[in-house]
Amino acid sequence: MSAVQTREHPALRRDRLAALGPLGKPVNLILVGAAVFLLIGCLSSQIFAQQTVVGLAQGAVYGSLALALVLIYRATEVVNFAQGEMAMFTTYVAYQLTTSWHVTYWLAFALTLLIAFVFGMGVQLVFIRPVQHTSVIAVVIVTVGLFILIDGVVGWVWGADIKFMPAPFGNTVYHVGGVAIARQDIGTILVTIASVGLLWLLFQRTKLGLGMRAAALRPASARLVGVRVDRMLALGWGLAAVLGAVAGLMAEASEYSLQPSFMQPILLYAFAAAVLGGLESPVGALVGGVMIGIFLNLLGQYVSFVTSEIRLPFAFLVLIVVLLIKPTGLFGKKKVRKV
Amino acid sequence: MGLLALENARLRFGGIVALDDVSLDVAEGTIAGLIGPNGAGKTTAFNVITRLYRLESGDVVFDGHSLRHTPPSRVVRMGIARTFQNVELFPTMTVLENVLVGGHAFARMKRESELRKDALDTLELVGIHMHADRPAAGLPFGTLKRIELARALASKPRLLLLDEPAGGLNHEEVGELADFIRRLRDELKLTILLVEHHMNLVMQVSDHVTVLNFGRTIASGPPAEVQRDPQVIEAYLGGELEPVA
Ligand SMILES: Nc1ncnc2c1ncn2[C@@H]1O[C@H](COP(=O)(O)OP(=O)(O)OP(=O)(O)O)[C@@H](O)[C@H]1O
Ligand SMILES: [Mg+2]
Repeated sequence: MSAVQTREHPALRRDRLAALGPLGKPVNLILVGAAVFLLIGCLSSQIFAQQTVVGLAQGAVYGSLALALVLIYRATEVVNFAQGEMAMFTTYVAYQLTTSWHVTYWLAFALTLLIAFVFGMGVQLVFIRPVQHTSVIAVVIVTVGLFILIDGVVGWVWGADIKFMPAPFGNTVYHVGGVAIARQDIGTILVTIASVGLLWLLFQRTKLGLGMRAAALRPASARLVGVRVDRMLALGWGLAAVLGAVAGLMAEASEYSLQPSFMQPILLYAFAAAVLGGLESPVGALVGGVMIGIFLNLLGQYVSFVTSEIRLPFAFLVLIVVLLIKPTGLFGKKKVRKV
Repeated sequence: MGLLALENARLRFGGIVALDDVSLDVAEGTIAGLIGPNGAGKTTAFNVITRLYRLESGDVVFDGHSLRHTPPSRVVRMGIARTFQNVELFPTMTVLENVLVGGHAFARMKRESELRKDALDTLELVGIHMHADRPAAGLPFGTLKRIELARALASKPRLLLLDEPAGGLNHEEVGELADFIRRLRDELKLTILLVEHHMNLVMQVSDHVTVLNFGRTIASGPPAEVQRDPQVIEAYLGGELEPVA
């Protein structure tokens, strides 16, 4: 008998895997495997646990920015290269509010998110909408142009020197069973969970969210059932900018300093995270962000040649490997255009 | 004049004249059939009415108002809902969510819970409430057609445009659909414009039938009359007005 005949039919295999329930999906197997690995690691080594917590906090930042990228990708079908710089700009706005105008941190935080929302919508209205229907490459070029524009404007207004902002969570470090956990890291994780949770509620539980999903999925039919698609797309850009602002503020707080270039490496990690998760998948972006955050920290700890200089290229390695092995990412589905 | 009128509608795609001076009048509370061979311009007429396509000349008049300057997203608010020949649902959304999107345009002031209840009622009306929480993608074509119908009904339209609603249905289901369309007219007081290749269905339910061929109106009148029209018989090759399977 030839090997071809003994091979299981794909449909049968799918059925057999489906019978295992959610565990049957390869993604979930990978996730459960990763979770078990991390759990055992954390229980057996304090250093491992330490790096995992730090990685989780960094991953939360990557994940938020990756989620912003995914939101825009789903609505506009382009990767927004300016996402990181938009976040950087809003962080400078928060800097201005807290340091120059002496607004308390959390009030400034709220104001910054509001400004980010308006800013994101403005970017869509002024820069993206005019070219949106021309070609994908035109939109991409506009986002690259925005990157440069924002970079220039921020450098011009605030200068390129390092700035310092108040620390939102203080500098306390807790010691839990020999593992040092910074209050800032816990804060970052909680703020990310809160903002993503609110966003999820907005998309899944409100009329507006439903309209935005409809507009992103099928603009033409959304229009015909009465969704104001242009308005929804602008709102999507606004929300993505808000998520980016959260990422920027939390990244600043973990690094304790602010520079015009500070979001650039984070944008690249976010790219890697979004690709790993599947560019279409919000859950994937978050999981991808957390995985990359933890992975890079553990790698830095245990693999001697992975120094901070080579961290970024490693994130790129992840990106390339994913694109080669599974271009749709962990959670991505193949596009089904006609139902 | 009726609830909807196409007035001397004209539209070309390159060399193809998709609508050539087509006029149509649909009286309120009636079912109007729009038939014709493949490529006759039926779907194009729907796209013109829902403002996806812009007319070169002529006009669309709904309830006495020209739709010439109405954007597509406002058409449904004016009371016109449609279904699509090839189904245009939101694939990753659940069946219920698809219908909810349809309700949103209409019920701006309504609470979320009321909208949900309305949507579930509408799903029950078209007989697929048991699928409410399943994603639309992957359901059989006949079910998808019903979701679209429910989505259209959820916007509480006055005029319903149905593009080949019998696609993917078996013989028995087509019979049920005929009863259902009549109920929409009689109980919900809807006005319906029906495009369908299934001749029995069209002739059974329509109060008035218009026949297009190559973008031109070749006949218009009561079903019995249209069925005997030599031009219509000619247009349908072989001269028989039986459904082509
Ligand atoms: N967007 C378009 N671009 C170019 N040609 C088009 C377009 N839409 C329709 N046409 C052409 O216009 C003509 C009428 O098409 P239409 O879809 O209205 O036919 P129909 O009556 O709905 O046919 P069917 O019964 O096959 O659905 C066809 O020749 C079609 O190819
Ligand atoms: Mg058609």
